[in-house]
This record gives sequence, structure tokens and C-alpha cells, in this order.
Amino acid sequence: MVKSTSKDAQDLFHSLHSAYTATPTNLKIIDLYVCFAVFTALIQQVAYMALVGSFPFNSFLSGVLSCIGTAVLAVCLRIQVNKENKEFKDLAPERAFADFVLCNLVLHLVIINFLG
Amino acid sequence: MVIKYESVIHEFDPYFNYRVTQFLSKNGIYEFWNWFDDRTWYPLGRVIGGTVYPGLTLTAGTIWWGLNSLNIPLSVETVCVFTAPVFSAFASWATYLLTKEVKGSGAGLAAAALLAMVPSYISRSVAGSYDNEAVAIFALIFTFYLYIKTLNTGSLFYATLNALAYFYMVCSWGGYTFIINLIPMHVLLCIVTGRYSPRLYIAYAPLVVLGTLLAALVPVVGFNAVLTSEHFASFLVFIIIHVVALVYYIKGILSPKMFKVAVTLVVSIGMVVCFIVVAILVALVASSPTGGWSGRSLSLLDPTYASKYIPIIASVSEHQPPTWPSYFMDINVLAFLVPAGIIACFSPLSDASSFVVLYIVMSVYFSGVMVRLMLVLAPAACIMSGIALSQAFDVFTGSIKYQLGASSNSTDDAEDNTSTNNAPKDDVSAGKTDKGEEIVKERSSKKGKKKEREPADKPSVKAKIKKKALVLPLEASIVALLLLIMLGAFYVIHCVWAAAEAYSAPSIVLTSQSRDGLHVFDDFRESYAWLSHNTDVDDKVASWWDYGYQTTAMANRTVIVDNNTWNNTHIATVGTAMSSPEKAAWEIFNSLDVKYVLVVFGGLIGYPSDDINKFLWMVRIGGGVFPHIKEADYLRDGQYRIDSEATPTMLNSLMYKLSYYRFVETDGKGYDRVRRTEIGKKHFKLTHFEEVFTSHHWMVRLYKLKPPRNRIRGKAKKLKSKTSSGLSSKSAKKNPWV
Repeated sequence: MVKSTSKDAQDLFHSLHSAYTATPTNLKIIDLYVCFAVFTALIQQVAYMALVGSFPFNSFLSGVLSCIGTAVLAVCLRIQVNKENKEFKDLAPERAFADFVLCNLVLHLVIINFLG
Repeated sequence: MVIKYESVIHEFDPYFNYRVTQFLSKNGIYEFWNWFDDRTWYPLGRVIGGTVYPGLTLTAGTIWWGLNSLNIPLSVETVCVFTAPVFSAFASWATYLLTKEVKGSGAGLAAAALLAMVPSYISRSVAGSYDNEAVAIFALIFTFYLYIKTLNTGSLFYATLNALAYFYMVCSWGGYTFIINLIPMHVLLCIVTGRYSPRLYIAYAPLVVLGTLLAALVPVVGFNAVLTSEHFASFLVFIIIHVVALVYYIKGILSPKMFKVAVTLVVSIGMVVCFIVVAILVALVASSPTGGWSGRSLSLLDPTYASKYIPIIASVSEHQPPTWPSYFMDINVLAFLVPAGIIACFSPLSDASSFVVLYIVMSVYFSGVMVRLMLVLAPAACIMSGIALSQAFDVFTGSIKYQLGASSNSTDDAEDNTSTNNAPKDDVSAGKTDKGEEIVKERSSKKGKKKEREPADKPSVKAKIKKKALVLPLEASIVALLLLIMLGAFYVIHCVWAAAEAYSAPSIVLTSQSRDGLHVFDDFRESYAWLSHNTDVDDKVASWWDYGYQTTAMANRTVIVDNNTWNNTHIATVGTAMSSPEKAAWEIFNSLDVKYVLVVFGGLIGYPSDDINKFLWMVRIGGGVFPHIKEADYLRDGQYRIDSEATPTMLNSLMYKLSYYRFVETDGKGYDRVRRTEIGKKHFKLTHFEEVFTSHHWMVRLYKLKPPRNRIRGKAKKLKSKTSSGLSSKSAKKNPWV
């Protein structure tokens, strides 16, 4: 039972890997950006908080939320740019990117205001 | 309202908002954020910048500043009075947009017209009702519109606008928690019913992140945006939607067999992790006394909570549950049209229509708990009724058109229509489901008319497969149309009447009809003017908290407690003072540096919301904090009485004495028109207070605290000092104040 599950797990990883390498490069770049943002958030939240504590709270909050925010916005961009996504067929990628930039601008304006 | 009573600010809360706006317009925005108000809640003061919802005052201030910079000299008061009607026009426009997203422009127009007149919203947006809801309802509808628009188009641009509109809502009203809980509920509903789509993710995820940040920017909310339970739903659904998105993504790139393997693997590991996390969370939340919810939210969820634990919240009349007639009064015929609208929403069930259905179900529940939330129900009811009305009109006019067309055109057209329709056979029962399905037919028939003028033979093949169309007969349609128009007319008449009679009265000026014409009772303003002219600027006035805002705004004197009711102990102190005998009350008031006491008394003219009627709350709130005030001492047979059957504690309380001092001089018998009895103790003198002002109809009475004597009389004069007449319950101790 265990052997079959481990073999299944290996198969699973293989198929995941092979399917993922098939995605176009620009999407992979966006995925890398998302991973970076989430990684930063984790470092802030977990490591820094364990070491130093969460004072001042508003700076901590704005730091974590800015990372999560950029991650979320990048995922939205990826959804809109992905050619396999039928619902966004007629949305020009330039428009998607412009929206992404606008949203990021607003997000970072708020962050800087809240950073204290 | 403005025509009848002149341009004046109504009620109590608006006076505070007006005062804040005055300050803002005089001193600018930086002073406003840092303002520490020392004219209320003496001696504590109040941090205005941190405890007020700034949306309304900032909006009015901006309008005033904009108009003045264009050299249109409007006073601040005029801007404040007319802000509410202007924003209700905007709200109507927002309703049109929202309903158009859900069902189409016909429904949008109907809903906007209904909202423009619905009494419940008019009650909060008359000229002069300068309260938070005036702009908050507009912000609410506009935020919902942008959310639905994002859901329908999947554009990040609208998602940004949605977050900004949500920010405006957070600035304006505490009711923003309704939005931040309704939208996650809707997202969850969509996921559970299998309607997850990337647009849902785009609509929701940025809103949560940006919205939480923006909410934390507003000082009133601050860190509550992430710490209180009211927001946890949004975070929970945020996590859930990420999980679901990931699942869909993996499903898309894996073969089905591999996907099953992945699922079993993840589920087995995930369960363990989930259990641990949930256990920790539950332990954290349960350890705080209220489970992290604030008092007002808890009283919404459990309607009996407030009356058990927080008398302050229970005592506000707007927080009581509404009665059935008040539903009819406030939304009138909409109450009948709402169910029809709900069913019409189901006929093509889209994300947007499921949202509106959820909105109305939730708002019906909450409006059943608190009368004040009828206001949130009003837009939902208007949207639903607008949908129902426009569908009904479509059916009937379509039937009429078809019937008239069928009698004069050839059968080819008739076959066109019947074949492109797809309705089952049915009787003329005029059921609501008929209307819903008729719409599908009629819409497709209209499209069909445009597209299929040419292929007349192809539909004839289809006609054999599809069933016969149903169109209502001509007479029934015309009669139904006329009835609907009459229904609308009744609604308009009712709304106009309600607006004119029931909701226009600014409670600061009262009128009554009598045989010799209209009497105007302007006692409140008379007494506030007296206060501002005849007392020192630094004198402190104590009264029950209802009148705090008006006193600071109109009389410009420092008060002890006001309508903000943020400090229960302070209010309980005033309540205890009002329920104690004179000497104890004098001591309490003296310790607070009070100079004047204000009492509202309606017994001479029959004004029912005076302080004696509110007395039970003073006792309850005071007794909640100071245990020596026991409610049972004031009750005779379970009732508060002021006649000869009243308890001695009641007859000696400060409230009784200040209300009825010299009352017998008015008619010789002391007949109280509100309580409809003669009062119990008629002839008595006040030892620690002296009367300084009584308004024209005895509605407002002002008393001054007598200063203590310079020296206390010695023992030799002990016998003579017992001259306090009529105070039978005064102890035998020597009384140094007489």
C-alpha cells in the first residue's frame, strides 16, 4: 500500500513537472514573481515576527499585505494573459498589463501611506 | 421639510456631524484629524479624529470648499442640510447601474424609480437629516455595483474601483461590515454551487487585500480591520478561494488519473494540518470574553444579547426589532413584489442575480433584528421589485403586441414566433413562474424576429419538435397592465404621504394640529438659546445623553455625556445621579463640576419622549454599574409610577423632583398628560437645586446647583435647621443647605 502510494506520488510529480514545463515562458516569469512575493511575505511574517515581534504593528501589517497584494495582482495578471483561458480571449494583453500597473500603483500608494 | 419648517438640521446625531463639519471648514483638515474635543464627556473629552466616521463630514466639507472656491457663497449649514438629498439622487443612479448589470436597463430604470421614493430611505435622506447613512447608502450600492461589474467583466480596473468605493464606505458608516461579510458569503456560495471562475478570483482577491489595507487606514477602524471577528470571514474565504483556484489549475494541467492521486495525497496531509490550525484558532478566539466580536455585532447575531448584557444598546429606540406594520409603512407594495423578483432572478441564474438574492435574504434577516437596518433592506427590495416589475411589463406588453400583431399579420410571422419560442404548454393562471418563463420566451422571440426573417422554412421543422408557445390573451394583459400601473400609483401616493407627514419632522421643532390652528413648539431652541446667552462659556451642563449633541452644537456648552455613548460608566454615573435623592445627586454632580442640569418634561403638553419615560433606562444603566441602585425600589407592581401609588424612592429621585417642581401651579392638580394621572407628591421645595429656566410649554427645565454654604451651622441651631418642608424622607441629620 505504501509502495503504491509512493509510486503514485512519484508519477504525480513527474506529470506535474512535465505539464508545467509546457507552459509558455511569460507565464513562468509571472509565476516566479508570485513565488518571490509569497516568499518575502513568509520571511516577514514568520521569521521576523519570531525574532523581533510585530511592533510597530502598522508597518508589519503594511509589509505583509503589500507582499500578498502584489502576489494576488500578479496571479490576476496571469489569469488574464493566459492564452488557454477562454473567457479572456478578447482582452488584449496590453490592457491587462495596464490594469495590473494601475492596481499596483493604488496598492503601493496605500502601503506607503500606512507604513508610518 | 424645508418648506414647512425652514432649513434646519433634524434629530440629534446630525447636530454632532454639523458641529464637526463646522470645525473642519474653519480649521482645515490637519486640525480635524488631530482634534481632541473637550466640550463633551467632561472630564474625559473625546478624540474626534479617532472615533468618528469621517466620510460624511469630509464629503460635505469638500463640497463646501469646492463651492466656495468657485465663489458660490453657501453657508456650511446649507451644505449640510442639502447633502442628503443630493446623495440620494446619486444612490438612485447607482441602483440603476446595479440593476442594469443584473437584469438589463428596463429593470434598472424601474428599480431606480422605486428607490427614489421608498419611505425607508427618505426617512434618512430628507433635507436636514445630516447623518452617516445619507452618503453610506450611496456608497453601499455603488460598491455592490462595482463588484458585480467586476464579476461580469473580469477586469482588474473595476476591481480597483471596487476597492476604492469600499474605502469610501468604510469611511462613512459602521455598516461596512455588512459588505465585507456579504461578499465573502457570495463567493463561497458561488464556489459551492460550482460557479467558480477566474473572474470570481479577480473580483474577490484584490478586494480583500486592498480593502483591508484601506479599511485599516481609517482611524476609527484601524487595526480592527484584521483583529476583530467581523473581518475573519473575508480572510477565511480568501484562503478558500486560493485553495480552489489551485485545485482548478492543477486539474487543468493533469490527467484525471493523476489528479485523483493528487487529491488523496493532499487531503490526507491537509486534514492533519487543518485540524491543528483550526484547533489553535478556536482556542484563541474562545479565550477572549466575547469571542472577538464587538457588542453591536453580537447583538445583531443574537437579538436577545443586548437586553441581557448591554442596556445602553438595548435602550436606543432605533435598535429595537421592527413591528410588522413598520415593514409595510417603510417599503409598502415592494413587500409583495420582492418574492416575484426573487423568482425572476432564478430564471436565468447568473452570478449577479445570485448575489442580489443573497443580499436581500441577508438584509431581511438583519432588518428583522434592528429597525435601523430597514435602511439596508430598502435598496435590495427596490432592486428586486424593479426586476419583477420590468419582467411583468415585458410579458404584458409583449403579449399585447403579439396579439395585435397576430390579428393583422400573416401566419408566417406567427410561426416564426411560435417556433423560436421554447415554452411549455400552460393555462392562463398568471402565476409568477409564467412571468419568469415568458421573459425567456419574449427575449428570444425578439432576437428571433431580428435574426430569422429569412429562414421561414427551417423554423417550421422546429415547430413540430418544440411545444406550443404561450401568450396571455389580450384582455388579461391589458387588465393586468392597468392593475400594475394602479399599484405603482398607490405606491407613489403612500410614499409622498409618508415623506410629508411621518418623516419630515425635525424633532427639534414640534408641531401639532388643534382646533385653533397649528401650534409650534420651539422649546428646545428657546432653551438652548437661553443657555448660550445666560451662562458662562465654561459652565458644564448635565442632561441625559440624548441631548448631548444638540447642547454642544446649539448652546455651545460643555456636556457630560452625549449621543456617542462610548463610555457606559460615565452614562451610568449620570443615570445614578438622576435616580438618587437630592443630596446624593448634588454630590455626584459637584464632583463632575456640573453647574446646570437640563431636564426634558412633556407632561404639560403631552410630549411622550421626555425624561420621565426614559427614566427606566437611567435606572437600569445606572444599576448596571452602581449596585446600590436597584430597579425594584422604583417599581410598584412591576411598573414605574409617578402618582400617589409610587414608591418613596421614586418620589424622592432627582428626576421626579426636577420634572414636577411647581407643576401643580399650572393647573392646580398636577395632571400629567403623558402618564395620564395626577402626580404623587405635589408640593415640595428643592434644597440643593434652584430653578433658573423653564421654557414656554414647560418642555425643557434648567436647574442650577446651589453652592454649598460657607459655614455649617453649629449644634445650637440644629433644631431650627429642620425646616425642609415636604421632604419627608430626609434623614434626621442636620441639613446644612437650607
